[in-house]
Amino acid sequence: MTDLNKLKISEIAEGLKAGKFSSEEVTKDCLKRIDERNKDLNAFVLVMKDDAIAKAKDADKRYKSGKEFGVLDGVPMALKDIFNTRGVRTTCCSPGLRDFVPEYDATVVEKLNMAGAVCVGKANMDEFACGASTEHSFFGVTKNPHDLSKVAGGSSGGSAASVADDMCIYSLGTDTGGSIRQPASFCGVYGMKVTYGRVSRSGVTAMASSWDTVGPFAKSVDDIATVLQVIAGHDRRDMTTPQVEVPDYSSFLGKGVKGLKIGLPKEYFGEGVEKETRDTVMAAVNRLEKAGAEIVEVSLPATKYAIAVYYISMPAELSANLERYDGIRFGKKYSGGSAGKDAEDIVDYYFKTRGEAFGDEIKRRIMIGTYVLSAGYMDAYYKKAMKVRTLIIQDFEKAFKKADVLIAPVSPFPAFGIGEKANDPLAMYTADALTIPASAAGLPSLACPAGVSAAGLPIGLQIIAPQFKEGLCLQVGECV
Amino acid sequence: MTKITEEQVGHIAKLARLEVSDAEVKKFTGQLSNVFEYMEILQDVNTDGVPETSQVTGLENVSDEDKLVPWQASGEDVKPAELLRATELPVEGYQVLVQSVIKK
Repeated sequence: MTDLNKLKISEIAEGLKAGKFSSEEVTKDCLKRIDERNKDLNAFVLVMKDDAIAKAKDADKRYKSGKEFGVLDGVPMALKDIFNTRGVRTTCCSPGLRDFVPEYDATVVEKLNMAGAVCVGKANMDEFACGASTEHSFFGVTKNPHDLSKVAGGSSGGSAASVADDMCIYSLGTDTGGSIRQPASFCGVYGMKVTYGRVSRSGVTAMASSWDTVGPFAKSVDDIATVLQVIAGHDRRDMTTPQVEVPDYSSFLGKGVKGLKIGLPKEYFGEGVEKETRDTVMAAVNRLEKAGAEIVEVSLPATKYAIAVYYISMPAELSANLERYDGIRFGKKYSGGSAGKDAEDIVDYYFKTRGEAFGDEIKRRIMIGTYVLSAGYMDAYYKKAMKVRTLIIQDFEKAFKKADVLIAPVSPFPAFGIGEKANDPLAMYTADALTIPASAAGLPSLACPAGVSAAGLPIGLQIIAPQFKEGLCLQVGECV
Repeated sequence: MTKITEEQVGHIAKLARLEVSDAEVKKFTGQLSNVFEYMEILQDVNTDGVPETSQVTGLENVSDEDKLVPWQASGEDVKPAELLRATELPVEGYQVLVQSVIKK
């Protein structure tokens, strides 16, 4: 068989079990695709060829003896370069971590390893997950597989592009304000942002701790359910993972949408959202209505404040999290600069190390965070934002009294051109307008392909559900 | 809240322990001014009596048994010497050697 890299998880699991092909063959097809395409797309910043083939051979042995670990055993996947991988370089695509090799795996990596996952490589991202285009990567931009002049989205651009381009079968990313959903939408794949705390963040480099989530990208809803089943749950190493039971996600599949109430938040279909995007999402909504769903209009009036709330709260948390990058316990030490001079003392060493370690976007966000937390500005900015965050949450609580799930576009527009927003940070920030609110409230949201623009670019919709109702997102997503 | 000045940007960078060049200060001042100006939108919102949100799932002050548990990787304890491999600075015993804290 050829092009095994184009299959989805369930098809591979079936083929491996039946002995139709081997994990080594699937893995080699993925590696071949990476070899052909990565120079154009730049989806991977590290390809783990030998390691992947060795792991695939191990999986094949397990299948031969009938002792495979489960459906993910032997299935090739990719990890955003923010997940700690023991003994394998993990850079967060930052100059300051370009040689960093972690000594332990993230909890999710450990779980996937135990399930027999074959990691083919580490995927490109915006530095420290800060961006909406992967243009802020130390390794350069990830291009959109559907149009090489466009961005793949961000920050998990590499994770999305690698799945969309069949370089792997599924991948993991992180979503803080839209970093899974937006690139999934731009690249035309499924991407799940889970409830805050549903998946452990241990061993995943922190960006904004009260917002960060971990989730999968895949080619189908049932594949998302399969990966989620393995990675979800409480973790002693992450105290923000509540002891909420993990349901059988596959039980939500095949149920249809008959009798479900789907809410359309009117603020997500208004000004600033391109007509083509709106029409494509509405066409999908109409299909769901025909399939038996009831469509109701809801209102989330605080939506317009979400970007401001996010760009105060997130940099505040980020600036605190990035304090640890001082070039002492890990990360690049100060190089001596262009003059080759040593730092004068330890404080000077901090300044110089950090000046070299971070790209522009990180410096901007550290400074925004430092400013909004500084004496005299804390009440006006930070505390105000935390109060408005409460209003955003209350909006959703009211909306979920009228509807079971909400459907909206993921992004106001399809993938934009490389360089288009590069010099205007604020324009880049507003690209997250429709994904931030669900993040503010810690809600699950599944990005699904809804259609394609006249220019051939994917358009995605998101299904937002109440906390810990990932199953509802999957149930509706399957019918889109 | 007024427009942010170059002097303020320099001060914030100092608070954040970031070395920035004069050219960077100039560039960031304009960009950050735009961002802070945009954030003024929040001043329109009435938040009297609205509580602040600092967590979203109801978990507060999570505690665990007071027991030392070694950090494990691939089923084995991670050793201090392994963690020290991550530093680029010289190591003596279990200590990372840093530059002098007090100026000569």
